[in-house]
Amino acid sequence: MNTRFEYLLRLGDDALILGQQLGLWTGHGPVLEEDIALTNIGLDQIGQARAWLTLSGKVEGLDRDEDRLAYFRDRSEFRNALLCERPNGHFGDTIARQFLFDAYAVGLHESLCHSNDDNIAAIARKSAKESAYHLRHSRAWMLRLGDGTEESRDKVQQSLIDLLPYVGDLFHSDSVTQAAVAEGWGPDPASLRDGWNAHVESMLSMSGLNRPDSVPEQTGGRIGRHTEQLSHLLAEMQVLPRTYPDAQW
Amino acid sequence: MRSPEDWIALLETVPDPEIPVLNVVEMGIVRGVQCTDGALNIKITPTYMGCPAMDAIADDIHAKLAPLAEQESRILTVEMVYSPAWTTDWLDDNAKAKLEAYGIAPPGRTSDKRTLRGQPPEVRCPLCKSMETELVSLFGSTACKAHYRCKSCAEPFDHFKCI
Repeated sequence: MNTRFEYLLRLGDDALILGQQLGLWTGHGPVLEEDIALTNIGLDQIGQARAWLTLSGKVEGLDRDEDRLAYFRDRSEFRNALLCERPNGHFGDTIARQFLFDAYAVGLHESLCHSNDDNIAAIARKSAKESAYHLRHSRAWMLRLGDGTEESRDKVQQSLIDLLPYVGDLFHSDSVTQAAVAEGWGPDPASLRDGWNAHVESMLSMSGLNRPDSVPEQTGGRIGRHTEQLSHLLAEMQVLPRTYPDAQW
Repeated sequence: MRSPEDWIALLETVPDPEIPVLNVVEMGIVRGVQCTDGALNIKITPTYMGCPAMDAIADDIHAKLAPLAEQESRILTVEMVYSPAWTTDWLDDNAKAKLEAYGIAPPGRTSDKRTLRGQPPEVRCPLCKSMETELVSLFGSTACKAHYRCKSCAEPFDHFKCI
């Protein structure tokens, strides 16, 4: 197994799947400004995905470019965290998913800025600025929904209850992340949990939302064990290039 | 034979496709011009990772410079690099003045006290110059802009996000 390739795929697939999901909000946002916001964040994620997947392909050395990796891998070959493939649901679900991810991404990107791999550090330095901006947006909405009406509070509280079991992949260490630490490419995912927790606790204390007492966490995305949702998402994302492999814009 | 400075002067004639009042050099996205035997390599960096204008910018540079490079028997390549990362500090005062005249409130400096403290920026209305403005949305018409409204003249306008 090419561990550096595996490691980069995880970074790329998180961004790609989340970006694709946010793109599905195009024309469906609750208000015009949020339609634009969600799709702009999606665009940033796709931009990050392109950079990570291009680098993955180079590291793999089998002549697979970003498109080849995005469109011609099957479900079990994707390495995104399960959180990223949770369905969009309603606006509160999408915002809660984004908040939980952004709070992780800011710590991850900050840490990756110190990678001894110059390519990883360069992409991370660019991504760090974007994820910090995304967190401002998703955090502001968590506060507004949590501290809003009874209905908005109940809905986003339920979103948190539904989504928290899926953050496990983000902080799960295995042989790939151990290699990343040993080689100096990136951090131990477990070390990112405290920073993430601080963002979550600060949001909870200001929004009045609660954290369920004990949450069993599911993992599997990093080794290609995905939920049904990812199949639907890939079907829509991949059908065109697979039907017309030479299609050009 | 043109020098790297000559090529930069030519790049100054390539406008940004989204903000045509600025050229690609003023935008601060040109990261290097290298002339070697038979080759001209131009490095550009994105303002935002997913900025859809980057492909258009690379195409525009090709359209303008490739024929001239060919006259010198050079093959032009436009390469995308991520380091050093673009920030709004790559826009100089002249570029910021052009943005404001165009109707886009320019970004403050990333080293401003308010920015460092994480406080919202003070944004001046590019039309009536009032400081009484409010944020409508963190995201605007393109990846690099936020959406504001002037409370004095009631005009909506774009603010170049400070990153």
